[in-house]
Amino acid sequence: MSGARTIDEGEFTSMKFARSLYLCVLMFSLSLTTVQPASAQGSGSATLDAIRARGQLLCGTAGTTPGFSLPDSQGVMRGLDADSCRAVAAAATGDANKVKFVPTTTQNRFTALQSGEVDMLSRGTTWTLGREGNLGLEFAWVNYYDGTGFLVKKSAGVKSAKELDGATVCVAPGSTTELADADFFRINNIKFTPILIQDVSELQGAFLSGRCDAYSTDASALATFRFSQGPKAEELVLLPDIISKEPLGLVVRKSDDKWFDIVRWTFIAMITAEEKGITSKNVDSFMDSKEPDIRRLLGLEGDMGKALGLDNKWAYNIIKQVGNFGEMWDRSITPMGVPRGINNLWTKGGLQYAPPIR
Amino acid sequence: MSGTIVDPRMAAARAAPKRRLRLSWSDPLFRAIVWQVVIIGLAVLLAWYLIGNTNRNLAARHIATGFAFLGRVAGIPIGESLIPYNPAVDTFGRALLIGVLNTLEVSAIGIVAATIIGTLVGIGRLSGNWLLARLTGFYVETVRDIPLLLQLLFWYALLHNLPQPRQSLRVGDAVFLSNRGLKLPLLNWEPAHGWALLALVAGAVGTVLWNRHVRRRQEATGIRSPVWPVALSLLIGLPLAVWALLGAPLSWDMPALRGFNFQGGGTISPEFFALLLGLVVYTAAYIAEVVRSGIQAVSLGQREAGSALGLHRGTILRRIVLPQALRVIIPPLTSQYLNLTKNSSLAVAIGFQDVVSIANTTLNQTGQAIEGIAYIMAVYLTISLSISAFMNWYNNHVALVGR
Ligand SMILES: N[C@@H](CCC(=O)N[C@@H](CS)C(=O)NCC(=O)O)C(=O)O
Repeated sequence: MSGARTIDEGEFTSMKFARSLYLCVLMFSLSLTTVQPASAQGSGSATLDAIRARGQLLCGTAGTTPGFSLPDSQGVMRGLDADSCRAVAAAATGDANKVKFVPTTTQNRFTALQSGEVDMLSRGTTWTLGREGNLGLEFAWVNYYDGTGFLVKKSAGVKSAKELDGATVCVAPGSTTELADADFFRINNIKFTPILIQDVSELQGAFLSGRCDAYSTDASALATFRFSQGPKAEELVLLPDIISKEPLGLVVRKSDDKWFDIVRWTFIAMITAEEKGITSKNVDSFMDSKEPDIRRLLGLEGDMGKALGLDNKWAYNIIKQVGNFGEMWDRSITPMGVPRGINNLWTKGGLQYAPPIR
Repeated sequence: MSGTIVDPRMAAARAAPKRRLRLSWSDPLFRAIVWQVVIIGLAVLLAWYLIGNTNRNLAARHIATGFAFLGRVAGIPIGESLIPYNPAVDTFGRALLIGVLNTLEVSAIGIVAATIIGTLVGIGRLSGNWLLARLTGFYVETVRDIPLLLQLLFWYALLHNLPQPRQSLRVGDAVFLSNRGLKLPLLNWEPAHGWALLALVAGAVGTVLWNRHVRRRQEATGIRSPVWPVALSLLIGLPLAVWALLGAPLSWDMPALRGFNFQGGGTISPEFFALLLGLVVYTAAYIAEVVRSGIQAVSLGQREAGSALGLHRGTILRRIVLPQALRVIIPPLTSQYLNLTKNSSLAVAIGFQDVVSIANTTLNQTGQAIEGIAYIMAVYLTISLSISAFMNWYNNHVALVGR
């Protein structure tokens, strides 16, 4: 791990404890609560009502991934996933700082969301049919279009993933990565031995110590992990092969459509702002804009916020406090040396495209 | 023993008098029955409510339920397995079975090793040798004070520091030790080996029978014939003869470094070994204490009587002290065995794929947490009850038989 934070033993044990706690909470909440129809009063979203009553958004993050979510030396959570939580908090409560970052692991994230331990997940979670079909969850937006990659030691002299025949590969259990790897090696008729360790820092330790020949996960996380190794980064090589599609999304429970809308349109608002060139610095200068698209976005006309059950200043708050989508990217990902690529706006050859706010 | 009626004439007098149940609240028997029916009824109702409500909630949250996923293709890779496994065609059911087998493997080997080491250490603590008593005492006190999870992470980190495959420590061209584990030559299995194994089993049965015969004769006539020559020829000679008769086939599958890793041969992975080591070192310390207290529970007079008869120290230990100590040892030993088995679930921390690890992955990939947890609970319950049942049987077997 980077120097900023290492997971110590106590924390690890408490993470394991938290994990079993989530499961208990899930079991209990499922067995004791009674099914409630969406309340007639309030915003129409049980999740939003709970956040307002609590005064905080509970956002499930990894807390271990540089560039995505990792506390800085002051203990402030930094990264694209962390800022994604802040943007939703700004929309829901008007204050981007009303977020509690709840650490979740690859294995316990879904139970944490299902049991109501968190209001949403923002932790590099791949959007798949199985997860929407079986888990009672849905993906509101994609904040990073990614793919599975491999990180190896330069000393191994490997140039392509197809040369990994017989290799030992470190993978997080319960991830889409382990499925993608199994498929890739089978299709190419080569063999591998998986080493599956739940705790990310133990897993990365196993790779760095040489227990594994390769470390496989989302290429974004590999790139930022490599970067966080400082001078040692030179000894690690990210192989050019990207073996799967991993659209990393924001996840919510399926039973609260209003909440789903709020999370989804938070990201659309940030992309729209980037399309229009509106940033956290210059947003106030747009308040006398005559352009209808901008006036609707900033809550000057059209009651768009009300339609979502929010204040009409919802998007203004997001942009003012967190910034547009590009700003969020430049703050966290650009310093790690990762190019924007397909994550750019559609007008610049990328995939981010904002449906109209009207 | 209790329940044995000494004088048949007393039997009728001892049996509780038969009496009719009166349907009246003043009849204690009637009251007892009513209360039990009420309590069982409440428990069933509560379970009914919880299960029904859970199902309603799962449905309201659109979470899939049921055990149909067991028959679905798993797709998850598994590092080590005692039975063949191919993620592309095998099911979650088979993946979970592999997890159970891995748990049983590490627990069974762990229980045997921890028992042997624990017994030796327990005896060592009572030794007259100052150094031995202190060293074993130090081991027991230290190991019991450090959380098992920490010990596992320590052993695992230690094994990571072994050399890379290319620089592995080796014995000739056959055995290699590296951070990929211990690689050993594996016997290429032939039918002749199966027959030899069968001969070994037959030899073992023969040895037991011979031993019993010798003992009977000694009890009857006082003449003790030697056991070992017969046992050796039955246990070693017979299987060897069978194998030689069938052409003495012998070839090895040798591990060889190719590409990234060793190909061929057998492997003891660092994950398995770290878990085994951690469980054995930890549990042996507790077993040592169980053994020590069991030995100390045998009154000193028994030893003194033994030495008065001129018996050898070792003989006193084996023939007089340990058999009596066993009665005190077995119940707490059983709970150590249960602990070891349950502690093996810490495997998830160091990447050994036991049943908890594979069930966790399964419930993650299928989203069926409740089924996954129920599966884990059922597996541990079955293993624990089996161990308890066996140890209770054994306990009754060695218990003082009232004569
Ligand atoms: N995209 C994968 C996630 C894989 C994953 O969780 N990876 C580990 C690292 S090996 C992790 O903790 N990632 C944190 C993150 O992506 O922020 C999935 O959804 O299954």
